[in-house]
Amino acid sequence: MSAGAADGRPGVRTIVATAGVSALLFVLAVGLQAARDARYTVATPAPAVLYLRSGSWASRLALSYDALLADVYWIRALQHFGETRLSKAPDKQYGLLYPLLDLTTSLDPGFTLAYRFGAIFLAEPFPDGPGRPDQAVALLERGLRAEPDRWQYAMDAGFVYYWWVQDFDKASAWFERAGRMAGAPWWLRTLAATILAQGGDRASSRRLWRELYETADHEWLKNNAELRLVQMDALDQIDALAAVLVRYSNATGRPPGSWREVIVAGLLPGVPVDPTGVPYVLDASRPGGVTVSRESRLFPLPATLLKKGSPPS
Amino acid sequence: MARIVGLVAYHVFKESVRDKVLYNLVAFAILLIAASYLIGQLTAGQDIKIIKDLGLSASAVFGLFIAIFIGVGLVWKEVDRRSVYNLLSKPIRRHWFVAGKFIGLVLTLAVNLAAMAGALYGVLAVMAWSQPALAKASIEAPVLDPRLLAAFLLIFVQLVLVTAIALFFSTFSSPMLSAAFAFGLYIVGHFTADLAHFESVVDSKVAAWVAKALSYLLPNFSSFDVKAAVVHGQDVAVGYVALTAGYGLLYSAALLGLAMLVFGRRDFK
Repeated sequence: MSAGAADGRPGVRTIVATAGVSALLFVLAVGLQAARDARYTVATPAPAVLYLRSGSWASRLALSYDALLADVYWIRALQHFGETRLSKAPDKQYGLLYPLLDLTTSLDPGFTLAYRFGAIFLAEPFPDGPGRPDQAVALLERGLRAEPDRWQYAMDAGFVYYWWVQDFDKASAWFERAGRMAGAPWWLRTLAATILAQGGDRASSRRLWRELYETADHEWLKNNAELRLVQMDALDQIDALAAVLVRYSNATGRPPGSWREVIVAGLLPGVPVDPTGVPYVLDASRPGGVTVSRESRLFPLPATLLKKGSPPS
Repeated sequence: MARIVGLVAYHVFKESVRDKVLYNLVAFAILLIAASYLIGQLTAGQDIKIIKDLGLSASAVFGLFIAIFIGVGLVWKEVDRRSVYNLLSKPIRRHWFVAGKFIGLVLTLAVNLAAMAGALYGVLAVMAWSQPALAKASIEAPVLDPRLLAAFLLIFVQLVLVTAIALFFSTFSSPMLSAAFAFGLYIVGHFTADLAHFESVVDSKVAAWVAKALSYLLPNFSSFDVKAAVVHGQDVAVGYVALTAGYGLLYSAALLGLAMLVFGRRDFK
C-alpha cells in the first residue's frame, strides 16, 4: 500500500483510515439494531430463573470464591425484591426471594445484613413483599445457628412476631432471648415484659421503634424504624380525623362523601395530609373511615394498631 | 549458584514484563474502580464488603491465571525454542535453571499481588473518604482493615503452590496438558475435606482409607481461603496463617524438588 511504511507495517494514514472505517461500521451496526428494534417487537427478557437452589452445591462449585458468589446472589435478591415491589402487575411473584437469600447466606454464613434485611423483605406483606414472616424467622434462625451470639437476629425475630404476626407471646420470648445475649441493650428485656403484659398497643410499639431507631447500627434499619414511627404519627392523626368524621355523621345523619363536605361544614380547615404530605383518603370500609393513600410511603398501615390507638384528642 | 538462579529469575521477571503480563493490573484497577461506582447502585449499603470480596477474589483469580498460563510455559518454551541447549551448555546446573524459573515467576506474582493490594486499599480509602456514610455502614470491620493483608499473604502462598504445580507438569508435559492438570489439581484441592470424610458415603474401609490418604497427598487449597473471615472482620489466628503458609511453602518446595528431578533426568537429544 502506498501509505504503508517501508518495513511493511501500516503507516499513520492507513491506521487512521482503518480506525475510521471500523468506527463507521460499528455505528452502522448499532444503527441497524436500533432500526430493527423500532420496527419489530423486541423479545422480552426471559423471566428470572434460579438454576441452582442448593446452598451446599453452590458453595462447592464456588471453590474458594463463596463470598463473591454470595455478593452476586445478594445483589440478585435485592434486584428481585425491588423489581417485584415496584412492578404494577397484579400477580407479583416473590417466589425467588427466599431461595436467593438462602443461597446468599449458605455461601457466606457471616453475611449479617443479608439475614437482617432479608427478614424485613420476607415479612413485608403483599403487595410490598411476599408476606412470609415464617420464612423471615426461618432465615433469622439460620443466622443464629451460624452466629449464636448475634443478639440482633433474635431481636429481629421478635420484631417479626410483634409487628407482622402479632403473636405477642412469641415476640416477648424472642426479645427475652435477645436480651439475655452478651452485648444486647438493656431495654430488650423490659420490652419483653411490657409486650407480655400489654400486647401490641400503640405506646409499646412506638417505644419499640424509638429504641430501634436510636440504636440502629445501619442507615437502612434506621430509616425503616423512622418510617414505622411516622406511621404511628399517622395512626394518631387518623384517630383524630375519625373523631371529626363521627361529629360530621352525628350532625348530618350520614358519613361524608368527600373531604370537601367536611371542610364546608367547618370541621376541617383543609384537606388533611399525612406526615409525608399525601392527602388522607376517606374509606368507609376502614376503622374510623380514614386511611392513608396507596400513593403514600406510609401505605399499608399496620392493621391491628389501627384499632388500638390512644383516645383522639 | 545463587547468582545464576537470581539471573534466571530476573530474566523470567523481565520476560513477563515484556510479555505485558503486568497489564492485568490495569484490568484489575479498572474492574475495581468501575465496580466501586456500579455496586453503589446495586447494593443496600454493602459497597465496602463487596469491594473487599471482589478485590480479594480478583487478585486470586488473576494470579491463578498468571501462575498457570505462564508456569506451564516456563520450561516448555525453552525446550520448544531449543534455547535450552544453549543455556545448558553453559555452567548452569539443570536444577538451578528450574529454581530460577520458579523464583522468577514467584517474583512476578509477588509484584503483581502487592500492586493489587495497594490498588484495593487505594479504592477503599477513596470510597471511605468520598462517602463517609458507607464507611459508617461498614459495621463489621474497619474499611482499611490490616487483616486483609493476611488474606493477601495466603493468596500469595497459594499462588506459589499453583506455580510449583504448573512448573512440575511443564517439566515433562505439553503446556495444554500441564494447564489441564494444574487446573484439575486446583479444583480437586478444594475438596480434600470431602475426601477426608469419605467414610460417611462409602462402606468400604479400603476406599475410605485411600480417600483419606489422598486428602493428605493432594494440595489442600481450601485452607488458604480466609477471604470471607477477614472481610467480616473476624480475627484469623497468626498461628493458623503461619501453619498454612508453612504447609504451602513446604508443599511447593517438595514439588519444586520433583520438578528439578524430572528435568534433571530428561533427555533432550
